[in-house]
Amino acid sequence: MDRELIANVSMMAGKIMLESGAETYRVEDTMNRIASAFGLEDVHSYATPTGINFSANFAEVTKFIRIQNRATDLQKIDEVNRVSRDITAGNLTIQEALESLRAVAKAKMTFPYLIQIIAAALVSGSFSFMFGGVWPDFLPALISGGVGYAVMLGAAKLIEVSFIAHFIASFFIGLFAMIFLAVGFGDNLDKVITGAVMPLVPGLHITNAVRDLLAGHLVAGVSKGVESILTAFAIGAGVAVVFAF
Amino acid sequence: MITAQLMTSFIAAAGFGVIFNVPRRALIQCGTVGMAGWILYYMLSQNGMDVVPATIFGAILAGVLSQFCAKLFKMPVIVISVSGIIPLVPGGVAYDAMRHFVENDYYTAVQLSAKVMLLAGAIAIGLMFSEVANQLMKKISRKDAAS
Repeated sequence: MDRELIANVSMMAGKIMLESGAETYRVEDTMNRIASAFGLEDVHSYATPTGINFSANFAEVTKFIRIQNRATDLQKIDEVNRVSRDITAGNLTIQEALESLRAVAKAKMTFPYLIQIIAAALVSGSFSFMFGGVWPDFLPALISGGVGYAVMLGAAKLIEVSFIAHFIASFFIGLFAMIFLAVGFGDNLDKVITGAVMPLVPGLHITNAVRDLLAGHLVAGVSKGVESILTAFAIGAGVAVVFAF
Repeated sequence: MITAQLMTSFIAAAGFGVIFNVPRRALIQCGTVGMAGWILYYMLSQNGMDVVPATIFGAILAGVLSQFCAKLFKMPVIVISVSGIIPLVPGGVAYDAMRHFVENDYYTAVQLSAKVMLLAGAIAIGLMFSEVANQLMKKISRKDAAS
């Protein structure tokens, strides 16, 4: 079978998974399984959050690809996982596998923006309560969290740098929370803001970074850690700008 | 009080499922796993346990339930565990730490950052425990089948 083609299918699966936020060890594992299932031997793949290396048959086929955009899209990970299961079960030819991976890469499977914003708003309200707030904090956190997430989505469309998008979004969260508290709507400013920034905060990345570090993926762990520190810094700074007035 | 915690943690975990775009068929499971992990953490920390061990136990429960659901519904574990552990994740503390850094209150900021690292480590350890338990179970059951 065509080795180049097998390597391409494998790289494509890895690329989609990394762009959707899969763990590096899962990406490597999936790529190795796909390549082995089509008969490549001595497969090595090395995934980091920003790029993948792949080689087979003692570096006879060697590929590199760069990962530019990273988001969290678990449905795509699930889809690639299903394709990879079908491949290892022997149900897909290489052409079919390529086709279905292309379809997954192209598909736009995210929830509509409105539903995402409503979900983010509900998350904000719930967290402000879970972190020890009282019911009067629920609504202000809900509204400022929803507005913040909507601003983040809008800003991310206009500006390529996610740092700035997070900064602007958390600025608006701080602003709304301050205004609500000033007019006597809500009880505890800290709880309202903490709840409202939760949809933006990179808590998941922090945890994944530690997990990668513990598993020995040092490069991936450190780079994810730095990314999440930067995002947390942007959020803290955005809110603090409001406090400074 | 506990019913309110149950409700809000379910909404929070399922809502994060929407933000992370989990497959639609997994939303309920995500919410339930998140709720279970959070309630265990909440009960333990309310009864006087330190937050770090309480987080480990919560993460272990969430991890085990995610492994179980992943097998039952045939999807990658990460799809469920990600939103399942979200209530435990120290996002609020991370933000708090950064805000104190920006406000020049380094003393509090460093303390909070250390706490973030500890909590993130606790979650990672909890998830790893559940993964190790899963692998052990697999190995043991395979041996049973072979013998």
